[in-house]
Amino acid sequence: MPKTIKSITNPKLRMEILSTAEIKKIHEATLWIIEKVGVRFPSKRALDIWAANGADVDADKMIVRVKGELIEKALKSCPAVYPLAARDPQQDLPLDGNHVYVGTDGCGVEVIDIQSGKRRTSCLQDVADISRIADATEEVAFHWVPVSAQDMPAGTRGLHEIHAIWKNSSKHVQTESIYNEQEARAAVEMAALIAGGRENLRKRPVLSLMQCSAPPLGHDGGSLEAALVAAEYGLPTGFMTMAANLTTGPATLAGNLAVGNAEVIAGTALIQLAFPGAPVFYAAAQTASDLRSGAYTGGGPEDFLYGAATNVLADFYRIPLSMGSFATGAKEPNWQAGIDNSLSTFMASIVMSDMLLGVGFLHGSRIWSFAEMMMDCEIFSIIHKMMQGIVVDDETLALDAIAAVGPGGNFLSQKHTLQHMRELFLPQFMDRRPYTEWESKKDDGRDWALAKARRILETHQPDPLDKGIDAEMARIIASLEKQ
Amino acid sequence: MTEELFKKMAQSVLDGDSDAAVTLAKQAVESDIDPLDAITKGYVVGVNQVGESFAKGDAFLPELVMAGEAMKAAVSALEPEMKKRGSKRTMLGKVVLATVEGDIHEIGKSLVGTMLSASGFEVFDLGVDVPAAKIIAKVQEVDANLVGLSALLTTTMVKQKEVIDELDKLGLRRKVKVMVGGAPVTRDWVQKIEADGYSEDAIGAVALAKQLVGVI
Repeated sequence: MPKTIKSITNPKLRMEILSTAEIKKIHEATLWIIEKVGVRFPSKRALDIWAANGADVDADKMIVRVKGELIEKALKSCPAVYPLAARDPQQDLPLDGNHVYVGTDGCGVEVIDIQSGKRRTSCLQDVADISRIADATEEVAFHWVPVSAQDMPAGTRGLHEIHAIWKNSSKHVQTESIYNEQEARAAVEMAALIAGGRENLRKRPVLSLMQCSAPPLGHDGGSLEAALVAAEYGLPTGFMTMAANLTTGPATLAGNLAVGNAEVIAGTALIQLAFPGAPVFYAAAQTASDLRSGAYTGGGPEDFLYGAATNVLADFYRIPLSMGSFATGAKEPNWQAGIDNSLSTFMASIVMSDMLLGVGFLHGSRIWSFAEMMMDCEIFSIIHKMMQGIVVDDETLALDAIAAVGPGGNFLSQKHTLQHMRELFLPQFMDRRPYTEWESKKDDGRDWALAKARRILETHQPDPLDKGIDAEMARIIASLEKQ
Repeated sequence: MTEELFKKMAQSVLDGDSDAAVTLAKQAVESDIDPLDAITKGYVVGVNQVGESFAKGDAFLPELVMAGEAMKAAVSALEPEMKKRGSKRTMLGKVVLATVEGDIHEIGKSLVGTMLSASGFEVFDLGVDVPAAKIIAKVQEVDANLVGLSALLTTTMVKQKEVIDELDKLGLRRKVKVMVGGAPVTRDWVQKIEADGYSEDAIGAVALAKQLVGVI
């Protein structure tokens, strides 16, 4: 199976979604929010760090108000470039601003069973199966925990999940489902086994931790403490805002960007104050709430605009971005899923967002679909191809071939054609067959995508996890369960 | 004159204008209008109208919420007068709401609270990160007939079951119906923990609550 990872790099396409003046205005609004309105940090450890650095701490309400200068100073120590390391070093991912990588989405609660097609509650075996399939694709560069292992104890579930991924894939793991200090410490121990000790883990972080903020303008205590543990051991960590127009953010896009930005950069500044130079990333999945139900939509024009605007903010702070794209609200792989996932991923890609999350979900990141996973990979491949743009030089202008064919001939038998035809995109899941062939089968991309996922699951053998490490990971989890 | 005032009350709810709703409530008290009449002939008319245009697709969620808040503000302004007269609103039921222990995500739960209270339920919102014992104590204290439990995380969702088990143990389940909600809550989960129902959004939660207390 291929060891190559498909990433967008050296793009030819560009977009200016926000001017320099507009970015500055959002930044200043953000600092105003953090200083005047404040951000909630419900963790004693976090509040102590803020107090020690001279922030105005309201201990009762757990709200911190911080001067802009302190935030800006703290953010200066964020490293701009670092790697997400993998169990297989060949698959390390440099976060250098010149790569767009895709991960699996997370953390869903149901799965459309790959065999029966029935929707059911997610379990640990699903985490294993999805990771194994993702390991075989060239599009998926790293993992989130795709679904919740609801058959495992709540207190160690996050550890069972990353263990299952490492057993089934040699790619980088970014967990979004470890959000307390105890599990985070155990996860560090597990990651250190793969990296070969804690010092090596610092150089090659095979695990990163993503935490959700609690919009508007808040964080979760457990998440803050888990992020601080990650930073202490050099594991990349980031805060994701999902502030959504109407409900957890204002109805206007700029205001919602400012609310989300305040959550993320205040959290990031806290990490830098505690552990200057710790690798951090910006994370966001902002969207609009539905006007009628108030539900998080995971699609629509606002969602697509956030996809592009957020990386401009992350670039302004010189930190990598983990951006929510894909994640359609559609209930099955259909036209809505195609539109949502193509446009959100295109907009996030054209500005070179570093990490895109991610492939595989329906119903707003709740229901895993193996067919959707494969089709999302194809969406990324199409965008990957588009981002290369149009190369104009003597070879691609093909004047010799044009002269040889002359008016009225065809290019099928030209040597130039043979040399370049494989540069053209060949879809796996788009129907370009004759009408009669479709009419006799009535199948489509969804069927072929599912068949591909089944085939990979049956045949793909990932690089095995060292037996000793595997056993030691199990021991770490078991000892936590005994406590 | 009184009719005119009732119309203005309905309009204040339609406009989602809490300040106007309170001012009108005070006027009603000064004019010696029965506060129960003010509610049923004034504000409730507005709430119903917003509900109708929402159902038709003409009004949106923020308008429902603001109407609910205006109604709530008006009722609290009328409460001292109701007490004085010894009159009481007939409510559809008493609901204890909470985001379960270990979880701080409350926007959905609070929205459900606003909608329920606008629809005629008496709502006791205990906030976030609420342990089962505290929820049970409140249920017993106010003699609630509904409990609403929200959770956003699969790891905290298990606490919904804890509350249900506790109600079972105390033999309160026949009297107290339990509805659950939150992004990870599915029909399978509801069946597994033997909750009485769930809804994916706040509008559905009102219909569910009415069904559980037997008014629709």
